[in-house]
Amino acid sequence: MASALQRRVALIAGRVAGEATRRLGRGGGTALPGLVAGRLAPDLVEALGRLAEHGAVTVTGTNGKTTTTHLLAAIAREAGMETLTNRSGSNLERGLVTTYVDAAGRDGVADGRGHLGLFEVDEAALPPLFPRLRPRVAVFLNLFRDQLDRYGEIDSVAEGWAAMIAAADWAPALVLNADDPSVALLAEGARGPVVTFGIDDEAAALPEAEHASDARFCVCGSRFQHARVFMGHVGHWRCPDCGRRRPRPDVAATRVLLGVDGSEVDVRIGEGAHALTVPTAGLYSVSNALAALATAVALGVPGDAAVRAVQQSGPAFGRQERFQVGGRRVRVWLAKNPAGLNEIVRALLASRGGSGEGEGREAPDLSLLAMLNDGIQDGQDVSWIYDADLERLEGRVASLVCAGDRAEDLALRLAVAGIEADVVERGTEVALDAALERTKAGEVLDIVATYTAMLEVRDLVAARAGQGAYWEVAP
Amino acid sequence: MTDGAGRVIRVLSLYDDVMNVYADRGNTLAVQRGAAALGLEADVLRVSLGEALPEAVNLVLIGGGQDREQRRIADELAAHGPRLREWAAEGVAMLAVCGGFQLFGRWYRDTAGRTLPGAGVFDVTSVAGGAGQPRCIGDVLVDSTLEGVGEVVGFENHGGRTYLGPAAQPFARVLYGSGNNGADGTEGAVHREAIGTYLHGSVLPKNPRLLRHLLAAAARHAGIEALPSVEGADGLMARAAERAHRAAVLVARRRGRPVAR
Repeated sequence: MASALQRRVALIAGRVAGEATRRLGRGGGTALPGLVAGRLAPDLVEALGRLAEHGAVTVTGTNGKTTTTHLLAAIAREAGMETLTNRSGSNLERGLVTTYVDAAGRDGVADGRGHLGLFEVDEAALPPLFPRLRPRVAVFLNLFRDQLDRYGEIDSVAEGWAAMIAAADWAPALVLNADDPSVALLAEGARGPVVTFGIDDEAAALPEAEHASDARFCVCGSRFQHARVFMGHVGHWRCPDCGRRRPRPDVAATRVLLGVDGSEVDVRIGEGAHALTVPTAGLYSVSNALAALATAVALGVPGDAAVRAVQQSGPAFGRQERFQVGGRRVRVWLAKNPAGLNEIVRALLASRGGSGEGEGREAPDLSLLAMLNDGIQDGQDVSWIYDADLERLEGRVASLVCAGDRAEDLALRLAVAGIEADVVERGTEVALDAALERTKAGEVLDIVATYTAMLEVRDLVAARAGQGAYWEVAP
Repeated sequence: MTDGAGRVIRVLSLYDDVMNVYADRGNTLAVQRGAAALGLEADVLRVSLGEALPEAVNLVLIGGGQDREQRRIADELAAHGPRLREWAAEGVAMLAVCGGFQLFGRWYRDTAGRTLPGAGVFDVTSVAGGAGQPRCIGDVLVDSTLEGVGEVVGFENHGGRTYLGPAAQPFARVLYGSGNNGADGTEGAVHREAIGTYLHGSVLPKNPRLLRHLLAAAARHAGIEALPSVEGADGLMARAAERAHRAAVLVARRRGRPVAR
């Protein structure tokens, strides 16, 4: 156990390291400060978990961590709390420690009075960090296939979560997605209260199962049956043999109306009814908003305040951020895995007035810049693009530019779906120009990109926009 | 036969809801598009757990799965072994990828030390990687032993090591990557028109000559001899495939682990 003095020295050293990297132009310094400080005081994660007066909340799952954490920060502020939160994507141990370094002043002392700790944590990294952070509330969003070389099989991630919850010697509240069986079944090992969330509106379901959906097996060994599917294996599920089934959610979307830049949702919180405008498009955004509202219940924040906070918040960094560039509206979508990309495709189709399900083909109306990188953070294996149902875009694409390190692979994937790229170009700036040129004035250019590609193109778009994201400046 | 009616190839997609870990669906999509470009119609039949095999097919596809999925299908697949071996002997085209390749061999000893029976299409055996043995993960470039196929590019991610038996022919020689076992320079296996490989990516879309080879074999088995030349085939996917193939080859040469000679 490091002493308080040791921790102060470690935090100061981390800060110095961060300032040095930034001065040397070696990036934003989200990893190094944590690595340096963590080396000097190995129990900073434990101390971080204790730092915030109102306790810590962890948010994990394959998709939606950053957005849900972003919404929770808005809720916490609405409830009069300050937040202590890690930067988007810095969700491994070193990222958490960097959060502590950033929170501490030059004297290595951090003040957690009035604060709520909000930490998004990588789904595979959570089990060892969980007993060290000892969160008051743990939020579990969903579990989809993602970079398999990094995460291994989905079932083993779920088993790691269950074991970690069973081993807890405190009583964390669990916030669970009722619609995802891999997540909902965690309630069986709960030590504390459980708050579930889910989509009740059956009209939001898909007409048929998606291809990225894995055969999901119950803990009893049987295959789950789905009466409704919202995305992948997420929906209204039950096990035909042991009787396990989707619980009735405590926080539910009883009616969902998907719109261009957001959704109108009737929400039931406990037995109270609320009208919610979700500020970003797509059913997955609705699910993230429900997760945030359910967490508010676990934290004791009143429903009205939570709903108000969610609808006043804008998109999180690079997650449907909207910009105005040269008379065109530009939206930036982060796509990391087949489930996420499927949801984006669905939201794109719905956002142009269609049903999103290709009933009665609408005219080609989408201008797209699609970017695929194959760095470590994107996944070096680009096979996953074949798991996404890009066939749904056929007949709807007015212009397509494929870009990124693996532009040619992406163009081929779309060709297999019957969609021809107008331009295949690896360079981000040239590709962006080509895509803007092919987008009519007053129309929308949608940029769909993997993680590192998103970082690059988002900076470029923001610089071109000058005035900032339009959701910030629009009335 | 030149009219559309008789130009159907029957494609069997095995356990694709269980064995699809690395987007193996891309191979089925490529077969459908590629067949259409050659004036063929690919009639895809999916057979999964608890379902019977059809009477006759021209092409069999099976993808990858990890140990858990392999355990789920192994006994059933092994029970289909005699039929699959019969088909292979009569020249049915097959593509078995990764975990599917392992289970198309004689047997696979999994991470728990349990021996899973295989369908026995290929004279190969596979053993899960032991403790301290790294997984074989990365870009792969191989030189195929099949005439006219040439370089095949893809991505591998497997813990198991596969060893060729005396009756087995390798599918390819490894240029970059690990291949069957990271030691003997072989990749995959070939028996008549059946191909087993560790390459995904998906492998068929971005290797147009391999796709053509497989479709030609399937068409031959269906009694369709004359196929249009590759040059005459449909433009969109073919052009994109050539380009993606060349780009992926460069990635593998830059990033793949060179084979020690």
